[in-house]
Amino acid sequence: MAKKVVVNRYRCAYCGACVAVCKFNANELVETFLVIDEEKCNGCGICVKVCPMNALEVVS
Amino acid sequence: MRYDVVVIGAGPGGSVAAKTCAEKGLSVLLVEKRQEIGAPVRCAEGIGKKDLERFVEPKKKFIAAEVVGAKIYAPDGTEITLTEEMAGNEVGYVLERKVFDRYLAKLAANAGADVMVKTSAVGMEKKDGGVKVKLRRMGEEFEVECSIVIGADGVESRVGKWAGIDTTLKLDEIESCVQYLMTGIDFDPEYCHFWFGNKIAPGGYVWLFPKGNSSANVGVGVMPSLAKKPPKDFLDEFVERNYGKGRIVEVVAGAVPVKGEIETAVADNVMLVGDAARHADPITGGGIANAMKAGYYAGVTAAEAIEKGDCSAKTLRKYDERWKNDFGKDLAKKRKIQQKLVKMDDETLNKIMHTLAECRLEEISVRAILKALIKKHPKLLWDLKDFII
Ligand SMILES: Cc1cc2nc3c(=O)[nH]c(=O)nc-3n(C[C@H](O)[C@H](O)[C@H](O)COP(=O)(O)OP(=O)(O)OC[C@H]3O[C@@H](n4cnc5c(N)ncnc54)[C@H](O)[C@@H]3O)c2cc1C
Ligand code: SF4
Ligand code: SF4
Repeated sequence: MAKKVVVNRYRCAYCGACVAVCKFNANELVETFLVIDEEKCNGCGICVKVCPMNALEVVS
Repeated sequence: MRYDVVVIGAGPGGSVAAKTCAEKGLSVLLVEKRQEIGAPVRCAEGIGKKDLERFVEPKKKFIAAEVVGAKIYAPDGTEITLTEEMAGNEVGYVLERKVFDRYLAKLAANAGADVMVKTSAVGMEKKDGGVKVKLRRMGEEFEVECSIVIGADGVESRVGKWAGIDTTLKLDEIESCVQYLMTGIDFDPEYCHFWFGNKIAPGGYVWLFPKGNSSANVGVGVMPSLAKKPPKDFLDEFVERNYGKGRIVEVVAGAVPVKGEIETAVADNVMLVGDAARHADPITGGGIANAMKAGYYAGVTAAEAIEKGDCSAKTLRKYDERWKNDFGKDLAKKRKIQQKLVKMDDETLNKIMHTLAECRLEEISVRAILKALIKKHPKLLWDLKDFII
């Protein structure tokens, strides 16, 4: 199963840390909400490690 | 629509860049994706007095508190006190960034810059020797043409990538941070406070910056490559242990680039400033001062390039020269020291702090202290001596 990352909107504090570390430009902080481009995200999980709020999770 | 310069991002870097461009007579547009400039805050709000005063006259409305120095605590509690001059570019004033960032943007507007908020830059492409910037406002896309783009789009910057400068950060080139604005807590309001230790903040530190009336920014930054849990957990533990009775009235999350000096912040028609160019200090994480300096240098360089009618990377390299001469070397040096620091165990940190505690810090220079340190712990710091002495 393909992996991808999902954001828990109730935890996210729109800080942009995850955007700064994604090599694949798969996420964007739009004003103050995070969107993840499912086409581009390969579920590498780098952004999960940088999130200060523990708001990201890799799922299959 | 056509402008000489489009500045993307209205943080301190972008606003100073736009203001400088406007003062030099250029037509400039400052674009900010948020609907409110400066909010939500992503900062502990500390800045050295001279660093602030170089660009703006200090005003009561954006200064929450003033401090005289910093207190640093070793893992075993050993305390050292640094004067403001020694404490780096984060210590002196504690700002109210929500007010400060807006004030800077207004200065840019008053100087003649156009400003658009709730407007994101979503792409750019070259056109006839200039650049076409794609903007999106409330769901509607449109384009603006310009000769130069100044990317001041913060830690999450995309402008560099669009221009072919890869600014992606690795997990040991970023500090992941959470902060609470707390009220009803006890601390010495004359100082900013910093706690070090692998148990409380691996690869970073815990801070407390006074904001007046028994309130303060209490936060933690950790290096994701070293931390085994999210910063929020570290902060909750610290607060529970030390300020359990306080109330949290604001939550701030953010990240600081601590990559050190990048090779270039310039491409054809493009300059990057502040966090977008990874200009924050790798040890303190302070980035407001360098963002403003870089914004100023980018503005000056833009005016020269437009006057000359040549906005190629070759001409804009003058900007690289300016920021590197001012603070680039310092970033490179601090990055080396930081890489050493984050590898130290608590016992080593304690030893170093004991040596420091024996020095009378008010009287001697940073260099003298570092020399004393190297003498006492030669093995530990030997490979850094060339950077320090
Ligand atoms: C928790 C924390 C504590 C900190 N504490 C301190 C401190 O005490 N002292 C200090 O000096 N520094 C501190 N820093 C660092 C400091 O906040 C930054 O270095 C500083 O804000 C950098 O300024 P800037 O103008 O480069 O970017 P920012 O202030 O981040 O501004 C960038 C702006 O660009 C906008 N933007 C981004 N992308 C787009 C787009 N595509 N279109 C339009 N707009 C866009 C953003 O919304 C933002 O407003 C701290 C950082 C954090 C996270
Ligand atoms: S999981 Fe990897 S590819 Fe997907 S958004 Fe995070 S960093 Fe980018
Ligand atoms: S790093 Fe976490 S808190 Fe920050 S924007 Fe990404 S998901 Fe949200």
